[in-house]
Amino acid sequence: MGAESASAGDALDPEPCLSGVSHMHAKPITPTRTDVLRGWTVPGALLSLILLLAGCGEEYPQSSINPHSDFAEIIHSLYVSIFWWTMLILAVVWVLLAYVLVKFRARPGDPKPKQIRGHMGLEIGWTVGPALIVVAIAIPTIQAVFATQRPLSEDALMVEVTGHQFWWEFHYPEEGVTTANELRLPVDRPVSLRLGSTDVIHSFWVPKLGGKRDVNPVVAVPDGQEPKYNWLFFTPNQTGLYMGQCAEFCGEAHAFMAMRVLVETEDEFQGWIQEWQALAPPDEDPRVALGQDIFLNQSTCVACHAIEGTSAVGLLGPNLTLFGQRTTLAAGIRENNQENLVSWIRDPHGMKPGAAMPGTTYPGGNWPATNLSDDQVEAVAAYLLSLK
Amino acid sequence: MSSVATEQSPVHGTSHGEETGLWSWITTVDHKRIAIMYFATATIFFFVGGIEAMIIRLQLMNPEQNLISPEFYNQLFTMHGTTMIFLVAMPMAVAFFNYVVPLQIGARDVAFPRLNALSYWIFLFGGIYLNASWFVGAAPHASWVGYATLTSSQFSPGLNTDFWFISLSILGIASIAGGVNFITTIVNMRAPGMKMMRMPLFTWMTFVTSFLLITAIPVIAVALIFLGFDRLFGTVFFNPTMGGDPVLWQHLFWIFGHPEVYILILPAFGVISDVIPTFSKKPLFGYPIVVYAGILIGFIGWGVWSHHMFTVGLGPIADSFFVAATMIIAIPTGVKIFNWLATMWGGSIRFTTAMLFSVGLVAVFTVGGLSGIMHASAPVNLQQHDSYFVVAHFHYVIVGGAMMGLWAGLYYWFPKVSGRFLSEKLGQWHFWTTMVGFNLTFFPMHFSGLFGMPRRIYTYSADLNVAIYNQLATVGALIFAVSAVIMVVNIVKSWRSGEKAGANPWDAPHLEWSIPSPPHHYNFPELPNVQSREPLWNAGEREQILAVTMGEAKEEPHMPNPSYWPILLAASITLAWALVMTGVWWIIALGIIPVFFCTLMWGLEPAFPEGH
Repeated sequence: MGAESASAGDALDPEPCLSGVSHMHAKPITPTRTDVLRGWTVPGALLSLILLLAGCGEEYPQSSINPHSDFAEIIHSLYVSIFWWTMLILAVVWVLLAYVLVKFRARPGDPKPKQIRGHMGLEIGWTVGPALIVVAIAIPTIQAVFATQRPLSEDALMVEVTGHQFWWEFHYPEEGVTTANELRLPVDRPVSLRLGSTDVIHSFWVPKLGGKRDVNPVVAVPDGQEPKYNWLFFTPNQTGLYMGQCAEFCGEAHAFMAMRVLVETEDEFQGWIQEWQALAPPDEDPRVALGQDIFLNQSTCVACHAIEGTSAVGLLGPNLTLFGQRTTLAAGIRENNQENLVSWIRDPHGMKPGAAMPGTTYPGGNWPATNLSDDQVEAVAAYLLSLK
Repeated sequence: MSSVATEQSPVHGTSHGEETGLWSWITTVDHKRIAIMYFATATIFFFVGGIEAMIIRLQLMNPEQNLISPEFYNQLFTMHGTTMIFLVAMPMAVAFFNYVVPLQIGARDVAFPRLNALSYWIFLFGGIYLNASWFVGAAPHASWVGYATLTSSQFSPGLNTDFWFISLSILGIASIAGGVNFITTIVNMRAPGMKMMRMPLFTWMTFVTSFLLITAIPVIAVALIFLGFDRLFGTVFFNPTMGGDPVLWQHLFWIFGHPEVYILILPAFGVISDVIPTFSKKPLFGYPIVVYAGILIGFIGWGVWSHHMFTVGLGPIADSFFVAATMIIAIPTGVKIFNWLATMWGGSIRFTTAMLFSVGLVAVFTVGGLSGIMHASAPVNLQQHDSYFVVAHFHYVIVGGAMMGLWAGLYYWFPKVSGRFLSEKLGQWHFWTTMVGFNLTFFPMHFSGLFGMPRRIYTYSADLNVAIYNQLATVGALIFAVSAVIMVVNIVKSWRSGEKAGANPWDAPHLEWSIPSPPHHYNFPELPNVQSREPLWNAGEREQILAVTMGEAKEEPHMPNPSYWPILLAASITLAWALVMTGVWWIIALGIIPVFFCTLMWGLEPAFPEGH
């Protein structure tokens, strides 16, 4: 367990964008921006430089121009090629404009300019020219549209993602695992994310792993018909901890609906799944035992939360199984430690206005204040953090 | 009857021979006065929307700040977007339609003067009604696109969203009436010889925009009515738990919303297509091409709406169609840019403030157009959509395009309206503070977006490392705010004591410059006979026209009566819609009675003086 959390902790640290060497589990050969730019030698090198200076590096943990999956790479190479086309057009327009403004500015004693009304050849030229560029952009675009919207393989790892105001639920149907706000994926294995919402529209966006896709409310259908879901297909190609957040405005705490994706080796991932399935009993700390008793028997916690292997089976809130392993709480907005967890349980709205959870002194959603004492809150937090 | 002195006007902003006083403004049906009221009102709303933007920028200046609450923040950006689009950019363009189009085509007023007044009053009352939500603490908070299901009574209980859908419904009436009015005016009321292909570009773009208005606004009207029924009467158009579809809202909204983008930008294209030739002393290069390009943009603008919805999951075939359509629409836009450049080529360019803003538009709008091509590529869009990259893009298009064009129009036509020049010195300050402030505000947003900052977020994690871009944007916004103040100071000062301007101070080619500044309330003593696209630039034709237009009316032309029914009908329509908020059917039904009454009285009132 110790190793597990340490690796998650490490991954929080910046890793250099072009090498990936510092990370233990990095693939030896990882396609990078430089590969993506092959064939653009000079401008490509220039862009790499600009992006490095502008910081394509890991100091931008949510960068959309630093791909770490096949999906993100397809998008990025398309973006780079379009970027250069647009720079070309911009240069032509700006240079012409600057030239015209300097060269043809009015001077005293100017004769009346020649009254030219048009030129068909020029008109055809500046219609056909841009049209060709547009075709050059549209063809790879449409290829990429089709390439990124089909399932990658039969044995892809399937995760059902459910958007809630204002947190993420991740269910692995084949593994029987349910977790929240921190998605774990094995590296180099295709993933199929099935996206659905229980309330409003959210959007799943982890930029380094690919583009966003809306998480739409699932429309009720007559019995016997399959409800429609959105899907995201990608294969993460580098281990690490990735930041993402909801990208479709979803209400009061939209800004606080973040998430983390931990991409780990297949072994680590399988280890986590087995752990989850085995579920070690909590350790012997009396405070933990007290917290467990409060959580399960003396409070309203279980009305919304579930913990595998216990009597807590609530479905409205995040599933808290193995909660102690998570690096963040409240949907990716605070580090997960005793202090933050205590202040969250005591006063969730202070950390996240609009959250549905009640505090110790005020109600939330349809639930009354929990009325837990400070000691009780400490014990509950200790219990939750012991779940790892 | 008609007072004449060309070089002075007793009260600025009033035309020769017209009554003055508050009552005369309330009952006016004169398109020129209505234009001034449109402009003044839109400018006030510009400051309201601007203050909202400034608070947003202060809240975002540093990561994880808590200057204001998330709920207030959500209200601010919702109101900022709604205000700037529906209460600033659109009505300010309509102000120019009103003032300029009848003068450019040689008409004495618009086709339906009272309907024109009605449009203005509905716009004013709708805008006040929307902003009244602030004072009851229930400003709309579900963003200017109001996506279902966030707007449902379940997820947005309270009056916030009611204020939003009702005020947009009210404002839509003004837009549809305005569109009908300008189409009719342009089709029917052109002076002899003013063929369609002789019309100035601004009139042409007004024409195209008016068609977009009467076709796009009804779509959002339908969507808003669905929403109202869902909220108030329990229908389930957008309710997924009952088989309704939230994505339907997005289709309806963007079928309106994309033509809306062209409603905003085409008038600006029209303005600079008149300004650039004037200050280059050359006719517009490729006039028919520029006209056709505008028409084509209007048409294709109908088939690109789902490029706002690439993340929605419509499937690869729909995505590909909308990629192709969106790419195609870039071509006529590019053609316009090249035609403006070619117009200036070989010209003799005078850098007046109007020209600076026009050139600024060409330079800055191009950036917005090109970032648009980036997210027209659906896969790239999946990264850029709903990020600050898109925020940068549409501000480059709407501020750098639409607003820059309108400011060019302000400096260009102000002498016609007031008989005085706007100060060129303050104008230069206005232009350069705008350029610096605008670019400093919005250019860094490309970076914060690429580095993963989503839009519509109350705050952002320091880990994202985008604080610097937000700080630059906040500083830029302050400078931009200064530019807006300079503009108003310039308008107020110059209105009172600006340098006097004659009938055609810019040596411009079109008909509006053939009459005194400010014009007679009847515009043209007699209708001129037009023989070319630039009548005032052609020796012979010019003298012929001026002989008619600068003379005195032999007898006072019969102008429509002033009327107080437009303002009363507008008030009763607003009241009727406001009562919808109660959700009680018989109160809503009662609210319709004053509307019927005012409509009836309007119908019984003679539009022209007795005997005509």
